[in-house]
Amino acid sequence: MQSILKRTMFYILFVGLWEGLFRLGIWPEYVLPSPVSVFKTLIHGFQNHTFLIGIAISMKRIAIGYGISIVVGILLGLLIGRVRIFEETLGSFFTGLQTLPTICWLPLALLWFGLNDRSIIFLVFMGAVLSITIATDAGVKSVPSLYIRAAKTMGAKGWKLYLEVIIPAALPHIITGMKQGWSFAWRSLMAGELLIVCLGLGHLMMIGRELNDMSQVIAVMIVIIIIGILVDRLFFVKVEQRIRERWGLVKV
Amino acid sequence: MTESAGTENLIDIDHVKVDNERQKSHKVNGVWPKLRVQHVSKSFQSKNGRVDVLEDINLEIQQGEFVCIVGPSGCGKTTLLNIVAGLEKADSGEVWADDHKINGAGTDRVVIFQEAALFPWLNVVKNVEFGLKLKGFNGKERRNIAIEYLKMVHLSKFQHAQVHELSGGMKQRVAIARALAMNPEMLLMDEPFSSLDAQTRWILHYELQNIWLKTRKTILFVTHNIREAVCLADRIIILSTSPGKIKKEFLVELPRPRDDNDVNVAGYSTRIMKELKAEINKVMKCEMDADSCVECDIKCTTEVPAKTDIGGGI
Repeated sequence: MQSILKRTMFYILFVGLWEGLFRLGIWPEYVLPSPVSVFKTLIHGFQNHTFLIGIAISMKRIAIGYGISIVVGILLGLLIGRVRIFEETLGSFFTGLQTLPTICWLPLALLWFGLNDRSIIFLVFMGAVLSITIATDAGVKSVPSLYIRAAKTMGAKGWKLYLEVIIPAALPHIITGMKQGWSFAWRSLMAGELLIVCLGLGHLMMIGRELNDMSQVIAVMIVIIIIGILVDRLFFVKVEQRIRERWGLVKV
Repeated sequence: MTESAGTENLIDIDHVKVDNERQKSHKVNGVWPKLRVQHVSKSFQSKNGRVDVLEDINLEIQQGEFVCIVGPSGCGKTTLLNIVAGLEKADSGEVWADDHKINGAGTDRVVIFQEAALFPWLNVVKNVEFGLKLKGFNGKERRNIAIEYLKMVHLSKFQHAQVHELSGGMKQRVAIARALAMNPEMLLMDEPFSSLDAQTRWILHYELQNIWLKTRKTILFVTHNIREAVCLADRIIILSTSPGKIKKEFLVELPRPRDDNDVNVAGYSTRIMKELKAEINKVMKCEMDADSCVECDIKCTTEVPAKTDIGGGI
């Protein structure tokens, strides 16, 4: 209760300072809009559905790109983690690739897929896949060999060994990788949408910039932050909590 | 009861003679032995050169027999168990279970490890169901079987508990239930109680004997603790160290369930230990294992403590 009160106080103070700064009139409204006009834009954007459409389009892109990256990332991670030849070749290659900012793929993406959705989805995929691969690899390598031996004596082999033992045992690592991958995917999505004009939240920000309407830019930024927090709270925090309880990593 | 009177039933087998007989025939009364280990050898490379872990091991275990393999740490007894389990490959020699040659792990030989090896992502009952699920039992069948075996180890109340909520002894009991639920031909136990405290171990010795009396499973049990072996086994096989060879065999013919602290059990242990002292000394020169201080163990059972008058006048 105390912390909620403190947090509320902080936000009231933050908005108050912002409003005060605006009223001092140092900067014109197209550079620093007032919180009130940002709030109005936010309401207006939802009322005329432009924000809803933007959210829907962005979410569809990230769902496809991120979804593919989870499947591919886990498969690649399992391969690298379990097969020596892939570890020696792909392992170091992926670690190197991960240092490359995702947006560097944009020129190639445009060339391969054109100025469209598929380029953005590719960027989202590239943003998330390596984090998930590397985390899965680390998770697979940290599975105690005792679990695998025990499972083998109970008749686990082939893909069932992966499905019933290796993936569940590596799950804490995989979830951490998925969480990191999600934030990279979200960043890549915005970068892609800012540069490739085809609807979505990033595009809405660009429209704001072109119309010198900073209140729209900030309103979209707020929407992006809220979606980020919601996904983290509704999915990752809950899943991580469940894993910690189940594995006995924290006292419940 | 004196020590010698208590050890009358301890039968010392001339191993070389038995070995020769075994090479001739494999079938006893027209039935294959449950397990046949034939000329199994295994070595590995270490920094100091080649180490012969096992050398020409020959062993037969009959249906329903409870056999303990005893040896000092590092004598290759776990390696032998792993080879029987199919988790490791022998350099030479063969292992047969019933009428088929062992080639890899199989559900007819379930292993219970030193650490319980329960899966932390599953709760207790789902751990017990694990092997049944792989065998293709449906949800209701496997739940019923799992509960039945959890009852056998007196843990049905904990079926929905998470693994980390259990004590070490409880975990090992769940592991036993999980292995038994598979209805294997043979249980392979690799020092399953060595990381437990003495009291828990005592209880589990009792429970394991009761389970064995009920199920009559063939059990191959590896331990460095001679007292434990005498308490549990029909037959004790002593392994020497580097190279790991079968040194001696003892038959233990005492009524069950036996107690760790029973006079006869203690007497048997003492006799076996005395015979092994030379062998153990050999090991102690090269490596002392703090967990299994054999010297202390021997002193505890061989030396009679000095009597002190505490008063009372009796």
